[in-house]
Amino acid sequence: MPNPDKSQPEPLNESGVHPIEHIERKAALLLVAVASLVLAFLVYVMFARGVFESTQQLVLLSDDSEGVMVGMDLTFSGFPIGRVRRIELAADGKARMVIDVPRKDAHWLRTSSIFTMERGMVGDTRIRAFSGILTDPPLPENSERAVLRGDTNAEIPRIVASTRALLENLETMTGSESSINASLNNLRVATEKLNGRYGFLSFALGSEDKAKKIITLLDQTNTLLLKTDQRIYGANGVMDGTQASVAQLTALLAEARASLLKIDGVLAEAQVVATNARMASTDLGALRAEVESSLRKVGQLVNEVNRKWPFARDVELTLP
Amino acid sequence: MINTRRPSLIDAWVLAINRGLTNSWRMVHLGALLMVASLSPSTYPKSNRSTICRHIYSSTVSALPWFTAMTALISLVLIRVVVVTAQSYGLSQYALEMVVRVLVLELIPLSAAMFIALRGNVVFDEASSPPISHRLQPSGLGLKVVKPGHSELQCEWVPRVLASTFAVMALATVSSLMALVLAYLSVHGFSPWGLPGYTRTVGHVFDLAVTLGFCLKTLFFSLAVAIVPLAANLEVRDRMTTKTLQPGVVRLFLVLLCIEAASLSVKYI
Repeated sequence: MPNPDKSQPEPLNESGVHPIEHIERKAALLLVAVASLVLAFLVYVMFARGVFESTQQLVLLSDDSEGVMVGMDLTFSGFPIGRVRRIELAADGKARMVIDVPRKDAHWLRTSSIFTMERGMVGDTRIRAFSGILTDPPLPENSERAVLRGDTNAEIPRIVASTRALLENLETMTGSESSINASLNNLRVATEKLNGRYGFLSFALGSEDKAKKIITLLDQTNTLLLKTDQRIYGANGVMDGTQASVAQLTALLAEARASLLKIDGVLAEAQVVATNARMASTDLGALRAEVESSLRKVGQLVNEVNRKWPFARDVELTLP
Repeated sequence: MINTRRPSLIDAWVLAINRGLTNSWRMVHLGALLMVASLSPSTYPKSNRSTICRHIYSSTVSALPWFTAMTALISLVLIRVVVVTAQSYGLSQYALEMVVRVLVLELIPLSAAMFIALRGNVVFDEASSPPISHRLQPSGLGLKVVKPGHSELQCEWVPRVLASTFAVMALATVSSLMALVLAYLSVHGFSPWGLPGYTRTVGHVFDLAVTLGFCLKTLFFSLAVAIVPLAANLEVRDRMTTKTLQPGVVRLFLVLLCIEAASLSVKYI
């Protein structure tokens, strides 16, 4: 009950504190408000965990599930479209990652979709989906797909081993007894020879004496070539005689061509004669046939005369 | 003949361990008694309801605005620092998750418990401590328990325990939600387009184990804040020897530390 006299303080209750009006109602309101907040928070968390979403299942198979955790996202173009619900070991030793994909996002996954699992140097593992052809049929429910792995950390030991081998090779190459050092020494000697007397000849032949011999030989060759030039191309040289011989040869060839033309004419006539002889041979065949016919008739006539008297003979054979 | 020999160091250690174990057992026993009484329907008759409501309302309403304002300010600073630092290192995708984990899961429940524990008018006020007739009396080396009566336990102690427990939970809940809202506004502003991604991040953080651990940790914090100071106030001798510190503060901080360490161990190890 409110105090009508405002100047007087409110009386204390049994516990020695000022009473609060409608304390039970206010406490109930406070309880309900806090309980509502807790309930709203729990509902929000459940919504955030996808409890109220209708999902379809996708199974990704991998050789190794290291880095994959329950609740991890499956992303498509950077947007999460699924969540890892369970990781289990299959009978064949492969890791099975069961992923819940909300049905409203399932149309991004097609039968031709590719799934990758990447592990970078920093950050956790990422599972990504790539759908190149969005007109392909949608991925059926409970599909099983192999996931392609790209593990940067797994590559590190191989890179370290390769780097170590490379450094060992480099150390071997740059050592004092290395082949490169020997080659460089040889190159230095060669360049010294190139810069020295007789230059390239000394470098190619190995010594100045041999280079000197080559130069002497070249001088002698020059002298020989000079003399040869005089003998061949000089006045009354070999080339002059050769030119005269070539002229005579040309004349001879012209005469030979004329002779061959004449021979062609003779051969043509001989061909005509041969043709005539062939025709005569054909007539001789007919004539021979007629003569043979006449001789056959004469023979038949003589046989007929012989069978007539007085030329007839008894040709009967009598046995003794 | 009077023995004037001073107790040795081993005797002092044995005495201290014995006293510590005895006090711990009494604290656990008192906590069990209070929880049983809190869950008993006979504690809530119509005559006692007003006292319980008064304790709950006064302990929560007087602390909620100040604590929410203080938490909002500190949260805003921390969120800004974490987000800007993460962006400068190119790790902005982890900033929100880190903010939620650090603030909501770790700092705010602990801060709420310590805020309620350090409020003298709720826990350590002389007026709110149990009557002197219900405290422990010294008896030789140990302490003789003077058990409170059934009606005193239900009418005087249970309302205080319920009030402290509810106050810690209310402060933790309201401040956690405030921190979540501030984190979203700090990163995305008033744009609604960041809500799906933010919701997904919150879902990442609050999986089943983490949510359960968060609720249990807050519950244990609130129970510790409610029970440990009451148990300490029952020890008359400690009150007489501790002049500069309210009774049970060290023990309460030790219990809170143990709960927090256990939570972190379960969560991250």
